[in-house]
Amino acid sequence: MSSGRQNPVYAYRHSADQDAASPRHHTVVIVGAGPSGLTAAIALAECGIDSVVLDDNDTVSTGSRAICFAKRTLEIWDRLGCAGPMLEKGVVWQLGKVFFRDAQVYQFNLQPEGGHKMPAFINLQQYYVEEFLVDRIGQLPRVDLRWKNRVTRVESRAEGVRLEVETPEGRYPLSCDYLLAADGANSLVRESVGAVARGQEFHDQFLICDISMHADFPTERWFWFDPPFHPGHSVLLHRQPDNVWRVDFQIGADADAAKALRMENIRPRINAMLGADRTWDLEWASAYTFRCRKLDQLVHGRVLFIGDSAHQVSPFGARGANGAVQGVENLVWKLARVIRGGAPAALLSTYQAERQPAAAENLLHSTRATDFITPKSPISHVFRDSVLRLAKRYPFARALVNSGRLSSPCRYDDSPLNTADADRFAPLARPGSPCPDAAIAVGGKSGWLLELLGGSFVLLVAGPSVPGELRKIDDLKVLELDVDFTDAAGDVARRYDLVGGAAYLVRPDQHIAARWRSLDSAAVGRALRRALGCELKEVV
Amino acid sequence: MSALNVEPNFDDGDAFYAALIDAHRDLSDVQSNTLNARLVLLLANHIGKGAVLRDALDKARQSIDEENAT
Repeated sequence: MSSGRQNPVYAYRHSADQDAASPRHHTVVIVGAGPSGLTAAIALAECGIDSVVLDDNDTVSTGSRAICFAKRTLEIWDRLGCAGPMLEKGVVWQLGKVFFRDAQVYQFNLQPEGGHKMPAFINLQQYYVEEFLVDRIGQLPRVDLRWKNRVTRVESRAEGVRLEVETPEGRYPLSCDYLLAADGANSLVRESVGAVARGQEFHDQFLICDISMHADFPTERWFWFDPPFHPGHSVLLHRQPDNVWRVDFQIGADADAAKALRMENIRPRINAMLGADRTWDLEWASAYTFRCRKLDQLVHGRVLFIGDSAHQVSPFGARGANGAVQGVENLVWKLARVIRGGAPAALLSTYQAERQPAAAENLLHSTRATDFITPKSPISHVFRDSVLRLAKRYPFARALVNSGRLSSPCRYDDSPLNTADADRFAPLARPGSPCPDAAIAVGGKSGWLLELLGGSFVLLVAGPSVPGELRKIDDLKVLELDVDFTDAAGDVARRYDLVGGAAYLVRPDQHIAARWRSLDSAAVGRALRRALGCELKEVV
Repeated sequence: MSALNVEPNFDDGDAFYAALIDAHRDLSDVQSNTLNARLVLLLANHIGKGAVLRDALDKARQSIDEENAT
């Protein structure tokens, strides 16, 4: 009954860079081919920027690892042309149930309103995500993905970054203008530039078991606090594709992880949960503890940190990979414009300005969930259990139950790239927010608004006429309601209040930069320059 | 209003106090601890405002810290 899944193996290939007499220079080198590094390479290629990706391994993630991918992340991958196979393979879920001891306390439904292309969440093993991203890279000649290339040394200088790479055929040097550090929680790049990730370490241990079975469980997220089959601890059950189920047992700080991982100890644990009459196979098991920590500075000269090397969170809330992909999306359009000369280097500092608060928010939610799930003192245990008891009867207490606040997209409310509203609008699509999707029609065929946004700046306008000079601006695409698309379901009017001459300036990452009740070319020009960082003080 | 009201506000303070003690009657220390926790959660939701709750937490903690200091 095993799922039979085997990870692809990617061949090491010799690069001409290894034969060069002097170190070959590249615009961008990305260290690490996980979800962050691969997404960055694809997003850069979409902007016309070449990159070299170096990974020390020759395959995708071992074990399922990140499994929950949020709507905003899927929207980003859709823009980059890789969401199709993920949606096809992934399991869509929206219902979550929370149990305390032997009874259900409450349930929640993440079902979004209609009129969005992407579901609230899909579950998909990280190895599939990485495989689909690698497949996409195969279609992009701008990405040079090198397996079995382990970075051993990084030296960051004002004029560029030098690195040394170890391969099965020996070492070779490289240099680049910008280095993206996507080399994970134990980042060598981070150590090399002397950056320190700070935060909290948690001592509670968890045991993940991915099991395959043909079960009649519904596709829901089930979370138990202190269940009879695993007293004193929490358990999470979540479905993945291929009839694989993630079971995550909290086993406590004092548990012997090596012993817990032995099959003779895993089997009774899972049988106690599922009943001894079920048949299942173990796909993968892993014991882990975690840290919630981040860098204070995501930008170190020409070294830019993305993903786990920049910020690490607990698994509760699906904020690791989702936060990472959203961070990459924030960085890449800026980096591409700085490289192409379309924006000042200071624009890169807004990666820090916008994503540092996002990282802090993810860290905060993740730490709070961890404190609720694993109370640290007798009195916090009393409060936790009291919340769960009251939640069964009183709706107010359900709001306090925290089995992970699930990843929601970050709004860059305080970004220096925003132009503040001068006119009255509904708050949903305010400057700094990601664009809400909408069901639209293009040339009589149904489509989605987000399919028309991103890549370049977009001026989204609702008539009456667009001044000619706005159509001549590089990096700005004009998108007219009722000309280029129609508001088929009224979503655009409802979510944007885009009526009667109103206009939105949308950034390449689909976040809103500015909006007006009536279109004024000079105001658009000012907002565009502001969104490109032209009004920021130059960084020294 | 963002500050905790510490002026007299009970319509019948003596009756509340008696009811509070009565609510703990026959409970073990562990059960009393649990009752207090549930009471705090119920009352905190009724108050709702974060600033007021923060003020109450600060004042309660401060009174403990002051006792320890003397």
